[in-house]
Amino acid sequence: METVTPQHFLVLSFLLFAVGFLGVVIRRNLLLVLMSLELMLNGVNVALVSFSRTSLNLDGSLFVFFIMTVAATEVAVGLALLVALYKKRQSVFSEDISLLKN
Amino acid sequence: MNAVDILFYFFATLSVGGGLLMIMSRHPVPAALFMIISLVSVAALFVLLEAFFLAILQVLVYAGAVMVLFLFIIMLLDVGPDGGKVSRIKVISGLAGCLSFGILVVLLLQFSGIGSAESGSWQEIQTTEQVNGDSLLFSTSLKNFGYGLFTKYMLPIQVAGFLLLAAMVGVIVLSKKSLTSGGTE
Repeated sequence: METVTPQHFLVLSFLLFAVGFLGVVIRRNLLLVLMSLELMLNGVNVALVSFSRTSLNLDGSLFVFFIMTVAATEVAVGLALLVALYKKRQSVFSEDISLLKN
Repeated sequence: MNAVDILFYFFATLSVGGGLLMIMSRHPVPAALFMIISLVSVAALFVLLEAFFLAILQVLVYAGAVMVLFLFIIMLLDVGPDGGKVSRIKVISGLAGCLSFGILVVLLLQFSGIGSAESGSWQEIQTTEQVNGDSLLFSTSLKNFGYGLFTKYMLPIQVAGFLLLAAMVGVIVLSKKSLTSGGTE
């Protein structure tokens, strides 16, 4: 078997992104949708770090730092919205939030 | 096949498998625990890529803070298992989206030169210098990280700090408003 190359990391990053995307599409629990979003961001992070390591340029790693900051912020705000929503509608399932539908 | 390859395949399987188990589990608590497995394996992959600081950050921020927040909210809301079946059309459309994105990735690897011979190998890290002309050099040391953050990325890091402040204020306002809904306002 050949040794690990940057392409392996790119394929892995794609797989993580695809799994996260699938989770966002098929799950109805909004908590799990948020978790799947985190997984997608992680896939992107793997690609960025591997590009950064391959080209011996630190910019990619610094961007991963900023992505982590934004992801943590997003989770905090998203979960606060979820709690507010739960207080109003007693549910975290996406099919129950249909006020704008019809 | 040396030790690095074995570690790569082990942690790659663990991260993707953890993700798959996460999106398949009906109950949110096992899902969160599988997610932690996936995130820690990604941290191990960062170690394999010699980005040690990012690996530590991944464990602290994601597997630590973010997942604890998720588990706390699951406990607070007492979310039960996901009842009912997943609709077929959603699964099909999700798989179709993944497939088309996969084709895009394969074509990119095939024709963009990322998969060519000279860029397909790992170069040695030079630890002596921080900058080479206009670009920051990749390094395992934390010093280069801080140097990059506070020179080239000074404005983005200020914006990130402001974003954190805005998020904090926003979360406080959100939780206050839902407490006093139907109040005087």
